[in-house]
Parts: sequence; C-alpha cells; structure tokens
Amino acid sequence: MVEPLLELRGLTKAFGALKVTQDVSLSVLPGEIHAVIGPNGAGKTTLVHQVSGTLAPDAGSIHFAGRDVTRLPLARRARLGLARSFQITAVLPGFSVLENAALAVQARSGSSFRFWRAAATEAALNNAALEALAQVGLANRAETLAGDLSHGERRQLELAIALAMQPRLLLLDEPLAGAGPEETERLVGILAGLKARYGILLVEHDMAAVFALADRISVLVYGQVIATGTPAEIRANAEVRAAYLGEDH
Amino acid sequence: MLHRYAVPLAIFGALALAPLLGFGAGHSLSLLARAMILGLGALGLSVLVGGAGLVSLGHAASFGIGAYAVVMLDAAGQTNAGVVFPVAVLAAAVFALLTGAVAIRTAGVNFIMITLAFGQMAFFTAASLSAYGGDDGYTLYARTRLFGTKLLENRWFFHYLLLALLVLAWAAGRRLLASRFGRVLRAARENPLRVQALGFSPYPYQLLAYTLAGALGGLAGALLANATEFVAPSFIAWQRSGDLLFMVILGGLGQLHGAVLGALAFVLLEEYLAELTPHWRLIFGPLLVLVALYLKGGLLGLVQRRG
Repeated sequence: MVEPLLELRGLTKAFGALKVTQDVSLSVLPGEIHAVIGPNGAGKTTLVHQVSGTLAPDAGSIHFAGRDVTRLPLARRARLGLARSFQITAVLPGFSVLENAALAVQARSGSSFRFWRAAATEAALNNAALEALAQVGLANRAETLAGDLSHGERRQLELAIALAMQPRLLLLDEPLAGAGPEETERLVGILAGLKARYGILLVEHDMAAVFALADRISVLVYGQVIATGTPAEIRANAEVRAAYLGEDH
Repeated sequence: MLHRYAVPLAIFGALALAPLLGFGAGHSLSLLARAMILGLGALGLSVLVGGAGLVSLGHAASFGIGAYAVVMLDAAGQTNAGVVFPVAVLAAAVFALLTGAVAIRTAGVNFIMITLAFGQMAFFTAASLSAYGGDDGYTLYARTRLFGTKLLENRWFFHYLLLALLVLAWAAGRRLLASRFGRVLRAARENPLRVQALGFSPYPYQLLAYTLAGALGGLAGALLANATEFVAPSFIAWQRSGDLLFMVILGGLGQLHGAVLGALAFVLLEEYLAELTPHWRLIFGPLLVLVALYLKGGLLGLVQRRG
C-alpha cells in the first residue's frame, strides 16, 4: 500500500447554518491525479481553501506527506511542497513572466533576506525559472510582462509558477477556467505531461478534461462526497448521474 | 527613449551645480537643504509606498524622533555627530519597528489610519515635552559637531553632504528594491496571497522595510533639526506626513528619484507661490488636486512621456 501524499479525513466546514464541507475524506497518492468535480455551489472552492491553508476547517484533519498540516498557514504548507494554482489567475501583472517564475524558485532556494545583489542577475534562479516555463511552453515569452499575456498564457504561467516551486503536490483550482478550446487542449496536454511526476488534486469544471486526465474522481454535491472511483466507475454510478451528470451535462 | 539614468543624473547634477549657478546665497541654500532633507525622507517613504505598497500617513513621526533626538542630546550637552546621528537613526528605527509590528498586521485604509494614529501619538508626546519647549519648540544654538568641528555650520559643506547622502540613499534604495528582498516586497504589493502561496510570509519583509524607512526618516529629521536650528512638534504633525506622501506621488511612484523630484518641486513651488501672494495656499491646494487628478505617474511620467 502506497502512503498517500495528501489525506483529508472527515473535513467539515460551515458558514453559519450553511454546511459547505461535510465530512469529506479523500486522498491523493504520489503520481496520481485525483479530480474533484461537482456542480456550482458544491463547495469545491471552499475545499481548495482548506487544503491550501487559507481557510481553517471546523473539524477533521489534513495530512500532507505524513504530517498533520491542519493548522499550518498557507506559506508553511507551500514550503512543505504543496503548490496551489488559483482559479482566478494570480500572476503578478507588473512582473515579467520570467520574474514570476523566478520568485517561485527564490522561495525554495536560500534566504530572501538578501539586500544587495540584483535578484534578476541570479543565473541559478533564472535557469530554474526558464525550465519551468519551458515545461508549459512559455519559454519564448519570458521577457513579456505577465499583465500583457493572453488569458490562456496566464493559465500556463500559473502552472509554471506552481512547477517552479518544485512541489510534491499540485493543488489546481480550475486550471482550465475561462480557457478557449485550443488553450484547453494545450493545457490538458501539459497536465498529462506532468502526471506521474507530481501528485495532483485537480478541481475542475471541464468534464471532458477531467475524465481524460484523472486516475480517480470524487464527486462533491452540497459539500458531501457522494462517490469516489475511477472515471469508468463514476460514469456508471447512478447516484452521480442523478445528482450531477444527468442534469447538467 | 531616455537613458535610464538620464533623469536621476539631471536631478542630482542640477543639485550639485545649483550653488555655483547663482543659488549659493544663504537663503537659496537653506531652501535647497530643506528640499534635499525632505527628499531623503520621501525616498524612504517611496520605498514603502511604491515598493512595498505600504501607504504610511505617519512618516513624519520618524522625522520628529530624529529631530528630537538632536534636541534632547543637545540639552544634555551632547553635540558630537558620532553620537547624535546614530542615536537619532536608531531611535527612529526602534519606533518604526514597534509601531510597524502592529500596523503591518493591517492593510489598506486600516494601515493608513493606524500609522496616522501612531504619528499623532508622537506629535502629542512632543507637544507635551515642556523641558524641550512643548508647543513652542526648542531652539538649537549650535549645530551638531562633526569630528569636533563646526563643519555642519558651513552652508556649502552642508549642501554637498546632503547631496551625497541623498545620492547614497537613492542608490541603496534602488539596490534594495532590485534584490531578492525587494522582489518579495514588490510581489507582496501586487498580490500578497500569491506570495504566501509561494511559501513567503510577507510580514517580516514588510516590517524590515518599514523599519529601514523609519531609520532614514530619523536621519533626515536629525539633519532637518540642524538645517533649521529649531525643532517643534509641527515637524511631526500629520500635515507633514501628508506633505511627504504628496511629494512621493507628485514625483512619481514607479522610481525612487521621483521622490527626490517631488520634494524639490514641492518645496520650490511652495516658496515661489508664497512670494507671489500671502494667500498662496489658495493656489497651492487646487494645484495639488489637479496634479493628483491629471498627472498619472507624477512629474516623472510627464518627463518620460516627452522623452
């Protein structure tokens, strides 16, 4: 039995009377893509916030790489190797594409309390950043301001930033949101290429992409996981069809 | 496209040549000294506002603490620059560290209000120091002594000392913002959540920047006390903090020499208008409003669009 990279046990969160996460348990194995799908309002984003550390659960625990991280803040989890991408792109618009990725490299290579040397001239940072950009096909845009990128390119950069952190787990919050058909195809190709090297928790709306990429899928409805299984099992699951696939798609 | 050092070179060059080109009289030199000292303080504030995104409305407090350090040491008979300036800088840095530790936990308008509140605290404290003149202020009968000499009383020496400090602070600030440390600061200004998701906690970076700006403000305050040979609580008034903030915005936020340009323009404009009419504030006020409304990118933006 492989030790899971990420394990959620009985995660529960309520905003007042509204239970947005109810007893959610799921795990991500190393090299696995575990996708979380669910209709709007199912509590996917709240789940992402709890896993990444921007929101504290009311009950339950989150174990990452064998360690209880339930109470650790976002920055600490990131340093342990949990990289998240944002649903609404959170690239730094005033930074060049290269500097966006280089900052992620900087986070894991030595102290940033260095005051004299220009960070932009550190070859080690830039080379690792370029490598991450190359993985998502953005190397030729390195000098462009991130604010000048197209939407799809920003989604690629968002991925490159996560990769530049050399994480153990990628937490991808709707990485395809707002991408056109061609961009989606390219991003799915990139994600497929990353598979096996990282554990990935993929929260995504695009059904075709999820069924093509995921090893396992959990279906979230009203904050509860109603089914977990392989894509084939999920497709065949009557409850899922009734609750979700049937009515929306 | 202008060379990237063209504008700062022009500013510093003009300041270097000014005494030789008819601005060498006592009054002109005092005016330039005031502008350069405020420029020094504005530089620190520009690192905070333009670099780290920390809009402080209490920056004059560091000035005041630097200035009052000079006064208190003077009253105690200590006028050696080797003691006075380090004490002024350190005192302002400690104040910034302590108040920043609280203020930086907040953001946006709350940060502005808290820095304003701390500034007002410093102001009322200074006003209640009856041993140092209270509201009336305190007159220094001699400037701080440099290596036992009265060199600081020499206006030409003082002018070039200020210019050297200004260039030094500008160059150091540039390096700071370009360094790893500065990169984290700038990133946290653009998107603090992103920076945390990368594994950085912005707080210690911002607190250190706030402390360094405070230290520079302390140095500027000690110099201002020497320049005016008089210190009063008005040095710390929130209006002075507002002036400093305005200088930074007037000059242009994107680059540090904008703060120097802003301070020069502000002081010279104030002086020129005051000569024209006793009701100069009636012109100065609306002018500031117009600049804020229409001069996006400040004076630097204007220069660079032309260039």
